[in-house]
Amino acid sequence: MTAFWFLAPIMVIAALGLVFARKAVHAALCLAVVMISLAVLYAAQGAPFLFAVQIIVYTGAIMMLFLFVLMLVGVDSSDAVKETIGGQRLAAGIIGLIFGITVVLAIGQTVSGAVVGLKAANGNGNPYGLSELLFGKYVLAFEFTSALLITAALGAMVLAHKERLTVRHSQADIAARRMREYAESGRHPGPLPAPGVFARHNAVDTPALLPDGSPLENSVSDSIVGRGQVRQGFEDDIDKLVEQVGDEQPSDELFGGEK
Amino acid sequence: MNEYITLSLILFTIGSVGVLVRRNAIVVFMCIELMLNATNLAFVSFSRQNGNLDGQVAAFFVMVVAAAEVVVGLSIIVSIYRARRSASVDEASLLKS
Repeated sequence: MTAFWFLAPIMVIAALGLVFARKAVHAALCLAVVMISLAVLYAAQGAPFLFAVQIIVYTGAIMMLFLFVLMLVGVDSSDAVKETIGGQRLAAGIIGLIFGITVVLAIGQTVSGAVVGLKAANGNGNPYGLSELLFGKYVLAFEFTSALLITAALGAMVLAHKERLTVRHSQADIAARRMREYAESGRHPGPLPAPGVFARHNAVDTPALLPDGSPLENSVSDSIVGRGQVRQGFEDDIDKLVEQVGDEQPSDELFGGEK
Repeated sequence: MNEYITLSLILFTIGSVGVLVRRNAIVVFMCIELMLNATNLAFVSFSRQNGNLDGQVAAFFVMVVAAAEVVVGLSIIVSIYRARRSASVDEASLLKS
C-alpha cells in the first residue's frame, strides 16, 4: 500500500493539471505522469504484464502520437478563454463534483469480501495465466481485436491522406516554362540580380545600382520591400562620418588606428 | 481495495470534467484517455479482489481499443485542422444553421 499512498496524490494532482494546464503540451506531460503511475500500481497489484503493456502502449506509443499531433497542429493552439455557452465551465465543475461525490460515497458504502489476491491465478506466472485466458476463453474477442486494429490502421491512412489538387511541376517543366517566357516576353530566364551590385553596401537590403545610378527594384527580396526596410539612396554611415569629421583630412587614428 | 476503486473514480470524474471544460480537441482526447485509464485501474483492482485474471484481460482489451481509437481520432483531428486551421471543438459548428 505504500506505493499506492505515495502515488495516489501525485496522480490526482497530475490529472487536475491535465484539466487546468493552459498549454496542451503541459497537459500531455501531466497525462504521461498519470499513466506511468498507473503502470506502477498495476505492478503492485499483481499485473506485471499489464505494467509492461501500459508503459509500452500508453506512454510509449499513444503519448508519442499525441505529441506528434500537437506538433503538427501547433503547440500554441491553446484554449480560447471565452466560453461559447455562458457559465458552462462552472456548471461542468459543479456537475463533476456532484458526480464524483456520489460515486465515491456509493463505493464507500459497499461491503466487499476479503481480497482473494492473485497468488493462485499467477501460479505459473502472470503472462502465462493471461495467455491461457486470451487464447482460450476470449479467443473470439482477440480475433475481433485484430480486425479492429487493421480497420483502424486503414482508417488512419485514409483520413490522413492528402489529395494533390494541382499538377506537380518537375524541374524540366519549370525550365521549359522559363524559356517560353523568355521567347514570348523577353523575361530573363536566369536568376534575379543580386543586391548590392555597384552599390555602397553588399547587404541584402541595398538594391543593386543600374549604370545610370538608379536602384534596381527587383534585386531586393519582396519581404524586405514589404517591411519597408530597403536602404534608400546613398544615406549611409560613411556620409555621417564625413559630416562629423568635416573637411579635415582623414587622419590615421580614425581609419588606421584600430588595426 | 476500496482505495483503488476510489482513486479510479476520482480520476474518471476529473477526466469527464476535463472533457466538458476544455475546448482544445487534443486535450479533450487526452481526458478521454484518462477516463479509459481510470476504468483499467478499476478492472485490475477487481481482478485482484476476485482472484482471477479476467479483469486483467478486460483491461488489456480496453488498451487495444484505446490504441485504435486514438489512431482514428487523432487523424480525424488532423484532417479537421487541415480543413479549418483550428483544433478547437467550438469552431467545428457547421451543423449549427
